Amino acid sequence: MQKNNYNDQELEAIALKVREHIVRMSTSGGCFTGASLSAVDLIVYLYGRFLNITQANLFDPERDYFFLSKGHDVPALYGTLAELGLIHKERLQNHLSIDDYIYWHPNTRIPGVEFHSGSLGHLPSVAIGVAMDIKISGGDNKVVCILGDGELNEGTCWEAMLVANAYKLDNLIFVVDRNHFQANMRTEDLIPLEPLASKFEAFGASVKRINGHDFKALHDAFSAYPFEEGKVNVVIADTIRGKGLPSIQERADRWFCNFSAQEVAQLLLELHGHDTTSLTSETLIVR
Amino acid sequence: MTYEELLTQTALADEQIIVMTAENRALVRNLPAVLGKRFIDTGITEQTMIGAAAGLALRDRIPVVHALAAFLTMRAFEFVRTDVGIADLPVKLSGFIPGFLSDANGPTHQAIEDISIMRGIPNMTVFAPADEDDLIKMLPEIWDSEDPAYTRINTRQTSYVHAPYEFGKAEVVAEGADVTILTYGLLFEQALIAVEILRNEGLSVGLINMRSLKPVDEEAILNAASQSKLLITLEDHFLTGGLYTIVAEVLLKYATTARVLPIALNDKWFKPALLPDVLHHEGFTGKQIAEKILGYKTRYQQPPVLTPQFSE
Repeated sequence: MQKNNYNDQELEAIALKVREHIVRMSTSGGCFTGASLSAVDLIVYLYGRFLNITQANLFDPERDYFFLSKGHDVPALYGTLAELGLIHKERLQNHLSIDDYIYWHPNTRIPGVEFHSGSLGHLPSVAIGVAMDIKISGGDNKVVCILGDGELNEGTCWEAMLVANAYKLDNLIFVVDRNHFQANMRTEDLIPLEPLASKFEAFGASVKRINGHDFKALHDAFSAYPFEEGKVNVVIADTIRGKGLPSIQERADRWFCNFSAQEVAQLLLELHGHDTTSLTSETLIVR
Repeated sequence: MTYEELLTQTALADEQIIVMTAENRALVRNLPAVLGKRFIDTGITEQTMIGAAAGLALRDRIPVVHALAAFLTMRAFEFVRTDVGIADLPVKLSGFIPGFLSDANGPTHQAIEDISIMRGIPNMTVFAPADEDDLIKMLPEIWDSEDPAYTRINTRQTSYVHAPYEFGKAEVVAEGADVTILTYGLLFEQALIAVEILRNEGLSVGLINMRSLKPVDEEAILNAASQSKLLITLEDHFLTGGLYTIVAEVLLKYATTARVLPIALNDKWFKPALLPDVLHHEGFTGKQIAEKILGYKTRYQQPPVLTPQFSE
């Protein structure tokens, strides 16, 4: 089964390109810029080294399964799929076009997207169904599901943890994009989640907590899969909202962004270490 | 044959079938021993069960999922709509104790808007068999179809022997020049009684067991509307969104009209008690249904129907 195997340096280079794609999509209607920048390194690592998902095996029953339950991370997924050749890079220019399907949440018209998302707290259970069938059918496939930390407000995430534990789904990995923000504010100021690792442990999961922007730390954690026999795997990846763009990093008001063309040009320079951008575009309130 | 026997036989013959339940085992008690890992009980988690069913269907399984109709269609509504409906997956929903069948449970357990909300989901199909014989005749077609499906499970035994089921078609029991009763589910039994009483009064009475609410047998409705002076829609469902609404939609679609007396739960839950007492209290026994129909006949005049003239 084919699998990508990029080294840390190559993953860094891909991640930078993906961040460029996100910035380019953050105009003419915009996208979830801040939210998706935190997940870039996670998604690039998973597709770039961990999951056996490539263009050649998209429909192979032995492929791994990737579910993006935190649907507004999708610009990071579009960028990754484009950089890894699952969709044409030019197709990203169709972002929000009525003639294509590159919209604000994932859908199965995009090769590599196994299931649509957008309504939070859904894909844990869908991933469970796939993991259950792999157990029933006797396969070795891995099932990875990325959750937002704000998404953990949804009760169905915890309902799913109960069921995943009951069925000993050690072929299932939940990855929390722990950027410490939900739509409008810091998670700990609204619905506190900490101590998060012990919450998952209390539900029977085997938990690793790492820096979600450090490819070596990601690889060390995921290389230990399955963490413990008979236990659901949980990776809490501490991340930074807006990672890569100091001018929007860790800002509650830069969740969804719709920049001017000039701001996009400056932000692309900022990604490469130039001066921070002075932003005047208003944040769109989507939620 | 019982529901459980049919499900066992079908699942043993077809490895694709997965039987799931949110800890509602009344109809599937023997399945764990027979199916092993292909029986999945997710506990009291209707939402997670539906999401997991979607995941199983992604892997080419056909999940037949069980829960009380109220919780299956309402607690898990958004999961049915979003995970099963949008993806158009062949998940088969078996809703237990729908309509009046929840008898003494109370309004928390009354699924009397289930048809309305399920038929509003694109791709979803909706079925309501009259009794166990009807259920057993309908289910093989429902499970064979590639569509998601919601079935009001009705395992009541009656002496009536139904016609073979043709997918999406109603069972036209009789045609009538005066009145035609259109109904589904357990009220079919009461409708048979009402028909007898009305015939003894000298009326020509038709009876249609709708069986499938979506797709609906438009031809059966239009034929009844053209043959009978009065249509009755009889259902253990809210007046809004069920058969009365469906009949109105069909008549409007074909630019026709009819006199229709709806017998349904008009903006109210029903009084909880054992089924025979519920039927009597709410006015849904065969005798009460017949009385309502006779009352309508004598009380009302034909309403004026204005037919606008359109130029070609």
